[in-house]
Amino acid sequence: MAKVQGAIVVDTEVCKGCEVCMPVCLENVIKMSKEVNRKGYHYAYMDKPEACTGCTNCAIVCPDRALSVYRVKIPA
Amino acid sequence: MEVLDIIKPENQVFCKTKLMTGCSLSYCPGCGHGTAHNLTMEVIDEMGIVEDTIGVAPVGCSVLAYDFMNVDMTQAAHGRAPAVATAISRLWPEKYVFTYQGDGDLAAIGTAETIHACNRGENIVIIFVNNGIYGMTGGQMAPTTLEGMKSSTSPYGRDIETMGSPLKITELIANLPGVYYVTRQSVHTHKHVRKAKKAIRKAFENIKLRKGLSFVEIVSNCNSGWKMTPTESNIWMEENMFPYFPLGDIKVDGKLK
Repeated sequence: MAKVQGAIVVDTEVCKGCEVCMPVCLENVIKMSKEVNRKGYHYAYMDKPEACTGCTNCAIVCPDRALSVYRVKIPA
Repeated sequence: MEVLDIIKPENQVFCKTKLMTGCSLSYCPGCGHGTAHNLTMEVIDEMGIVEDTIGVAPVGCSVLAYDFMNVDMTQAAHGRAPAVATAISRLWPEKYVFTYQGDGDLAAIGTAETIHACNRGENIVIIFVNNGIYGMTGGQMAPTTLEGMKSSTSPYGRDIETMGSPLKITELIANLPGVYYVTRQSVHTHKHVRKAKKAIRKAFENIKLRKGLSFVEIVSNCNSGWKMTPTESNIWMEENMFPYFPLGDIKVDGKLK
């Protein structure tokens, strides 16, 4: 079976650190950074990049659309 | 595979729609307004009706919708968005006209305009974001505030005897013959977002049929007004808002469910 691997790119200046993306991530990939952006918000980052499947759940619940999602199929 | 090998333009499966301007949204972190804005614009983009869409922004948190939505927009006096949308859709019957309103705008000061536009069966879409509170002005009690819910003007909780019951305006207008499609959705999880997007798409497609008004309610959180974190407010919404404002279709193709 082909494996799917994904990745997210966070626009750190747009992210407001609301954490809405965290509970919808089935693989618990996303965490909030300790650093803050220019507005003073902690922004999302991939804590376990290898677990991301690129399902887009996080991106579609993001009110600010700070996330873009990439996905590749890896032939077994 | 390394992350940098995945992040390539040909592998991109999701990004922000071009129909949202680059302006950073003025909403509080975690507010459902942002998701509702984006869903509306994504639907218009996917349907390819950008040139024929005219939106009407309300007064309230989403008053600046015209800054964020990259389609033709106008802004109405408080509560009067359905009246303005009526005029636009009658002057340009071929256009896709929508209003985007909050509960203070639609269900309080604009009740008359909303009910009469619905009763006349104007060929427009109303997107109604219900968060049970006046968010922009500082968390005052709205008609949709739940029983016992604290707000800055009901600090001991809403008392039904003196303040009346929360207004189920969506059920109210579903009974009007001019309304063709009424649904209630939410945007706090991925499943709800996908359903809400389908509902908004159906509403815009109904404009082509010219059978009447389409009304999409989106139950949203107001974490600042409710004094909670975004995650807490979403859980509170599931536990308290959804029993009173149950999700799902209320009227489909002119027939009550």
